[in-house]
Amino acid sequence: MTYEIICAGFGGQGVMLIGELLAYGGMLEGKNVTWFPSYGPEMRGGTANCSVVISDQPVGSPIVSEPDGLIAMNGPSFEKFKGTVKPGGAIVYNSSMIETAPVIPGLKMLPVPTNDIASELGNNKVANMVALGAFIGLTKIITLASAEKALEQVLPERHHKLIPLNVAALEKGMALVK
Amino acid sequence: MQKVFGYPRSLTPKRTHYCPGCTHGIIHRLIAEAIDDLGIQEQTVGIAPVGCAVLAYEYFDVDFQEAAHGRAPAVATGIKRVHPEAIVFSYQGDGDLASIGTAEIIHAAARGENITVIFINNTVYGMTGGQMAPTTLPGQKTTTSPYGRDITKVGYPIRVCEMLATLDGPAYIERVSVHDPKHIIKAGRAIRKAFEMQIAGKGFSLVEVLSTCPTNWGLTPVKALERLKEEMIPYYPLGVFRSTEEVAKE
Amino acid sequence: MERVMMKGNEALAEGAIRAGCRFFFGYPITPQNEIPEYMARRMPEVNGVFIQAESEVSAINMVYGAGGAGGRALTSSSSPGISLKQEGISYLAGAQVPCVIVNVARGGPGLGGLTPSQSDYFQATKGGGHGDYHLIVYAPGTGQEMVDLIGLAFDKAEEYRNPVMILTDAIMGQMMEPVILPPIREVTTEKPWATTGKKGRAKPNLINSLGIIGEDLARINIELQEKYRKIETNEIRYEADGTGDADLIVVAYGTTSRVARSAINMLRAEGKKVGLLRPITLWPFPKQILADLAAQGKRFLVVEMSVGQLVEDVILAVNDRAKVDFFGKLNGTVPTVREVYNTINALLQKGGA
Repeated sequence: MTYEIICAGFGGQGVMLIGELLAYGGMLEGKNVTWFPSYGPEMRGGTANCSVVISDQPVGSPIVSEPDGLIAMNGPSFEKFKGTVKPGGAIVYNSSMIETAPVIPGLKMLPVPTNDIASELGNNKVANMVALGAFIGLTKIITLASAEKALEQVLPERHHKLIPLNVAALEKGMALVK
Repeated sequence: MQKVFGYPRSLTPKRTHYCPGCTHGIIHRLIAEAIDDLGIQEQTVGIAPVGCAVLAYEYFDVDFQEAAHGRAPAVATGIKRVHPEAIVFSYQGDGDLASIGTAEIIHAAARGENITVIFINNTVYGMTGGQMAPTTLPGQKTTTSPYGRDITKVGYPIRVCEMLATLDGPAYIERVSVHDPKHIIKAGRAIRKAFEMQIAGKGFSLVEVLSTCPTNWGLTPVKALERLKEEMIPYYPLGVFRSTEEVAKE
Repeated sequence: MERVMMKGNEALAEGAIRAGCRFFFGYPITPQNEIPEYMARRMPEVNGVFIQAESEVSAINMVYGAGGAGGRALTSSSSPGISLKQEGISYLAGAQVPCVIVNVARGGPGLGGLTPSQSDYFQATKGGGHGDYHLIVYAPGTGQEMVDLIGLAFDKAEEYRNPVMILTDAIMGQMMEPVILPPIREVTTEKPWATTGKKGRAKPNLINSLGIIGEDLARINIELQEKYRKIETNEIRYEADGTGDADLIVVAYGTTSRVARSAINMLRAEGKKVGLLRPITLWPFPKQILADLAAQGKRFLVVEMSVGQLVEDVILAVNDRAKVDFFGKLNGTVPTVREVYNTINALLQKGGA
């Protein structure tokens, strides 16, 4: 099994962190993983993105161009990547910023009002965690426990006091998946 | 009877390749005497330049590294950082230090790198056949300034000591000459002082030695010494340009 | 042992520290800045030395001094900076000073771009500076190899008294992958040739590449060539994956080998017989395995992020015994898995030689 993900959004929306947590979580589950940040010409157009691969086999290309899963945190990144997702794949998109999204046949699509939920939690910065929680719920690619454990390793020590808030956001996102 | 003069232990018995009347031999001797006096032969590492002194490692009985043209201060930095207890000196000519190696010498000085630089200024590229150096005097004829150095076209000589003395990094900077016995003795003291500064961990030290090149100047050895005294010293005044010890005393 | 996620550049840096490297001299240039930044933080923790030199030229000469004095010295840069270091690299090779040089390559020529490239292959493997010399050149293909090969690089540099280059690129440098870090090791290599000060030795030590006296230059070159033959005999490394039953073998290193592996996995899942030959040492080059595979009737596709440099070595090794095709991307873009997949498929459909 090889599962490929693109996480995309504006710079500052924390899409790199979403990717790191997915990769770290996969590693903690004993998988082979890669994380690769957008680089060079891909930076143009105001979107930042990263590629994550989680696999039972050694990972080939760390650059994902036909993902199984997409997390799109804003309109431009949704537009850029929506057509690249493989048939049967999944898209979690930030419905706080993407008001109308076309239904793409053959894909699981989940709108998540990440900014609204994050505001309810009292910190707009954890919108990315809401999206990640929803993505994990939808795809089961890693467990919530792995994502929580990954937080401890990825976040610098000085931010560890924010872990409970991040976990709450992850859980909120996950709860959206029935 | 007390022995008052002998062949320095830190020189090999090898005969040098330097031209008759060239002052490199004298300066080598002064360095070797300083190393002997300070008892540092077993811990000294020299860096030979590209230029006439490229074979300096043949004449000093201490460990040596041969550097690429101008890079001696960077090489010295690498050696000193691996062996802070070693005494590291570079021996560089004016083309090497003041032209192709300007970046290296300025930044080694600015870092206050605890090394000693012996800088030989004879106003020409000697080994390559007497081309114009960054220190060639205004009007001086060389093979690449055949009509005399024209300052309106090629600019002015560089006074290295004055330039480096503007930096906070160096601990000791002095310009000396070897045109007569009195000045040779003074030059020996300056070289010794520079090594002492390094031994004491004070930081970067440089001694510029005004030197002759009878071959490329087209002068007899005696006339060359006269030219040094009469033409070079007025342009490159002798003296101590920076000493952190004296600053401390003030 | 515990796996940790690290960027390739940082894995290289920590790998060097674990292998006993205590002297780093560098200069800022994208996309390798994580290495000097990591070293600036890390070296003081292990009583090591970090110097941001005034130029790449100075940095490589500090490496020369430190390596010649017996230290485990490292410098890193990216393509334009590596060009500046070539003078020093030639001297290091000539004076037989062990050290490691990392090139996190970007596209050229000239100022080029910041995007990944494999267009420094010639420079790395065929000399780069003046004179008849070789570096040992490793091309890591994974984060783990970043750690393992830089450790090996220091050992081989000292074993052969030869500079070693790690040739990688922006993708490998920026990618994060789990790695297992070995414990920090003490280096106890004897270096009786190092300039430490004579310390009672009868003869002074000399680090030098000058050969103007008598037959010195011939002697130096004969000695170097003998060493290179020994390295060619003993140090070739490569990975052959699925080459046994393959009709077509992709030859690629570093980033493109990873893209190729993904494409090959897709093709093998469809029952197509495709394999991967990944040189790990770019010099010495794995000529013999390529010649052997060619003799078995395989055909080859070389995939590179360049206009074709590695492909020349493959053609030389195969020596007209097999067909060699090339797929290259010009500096700035990485071939996609789909592009490589389509290229291989088209070649398979066209049929054999």
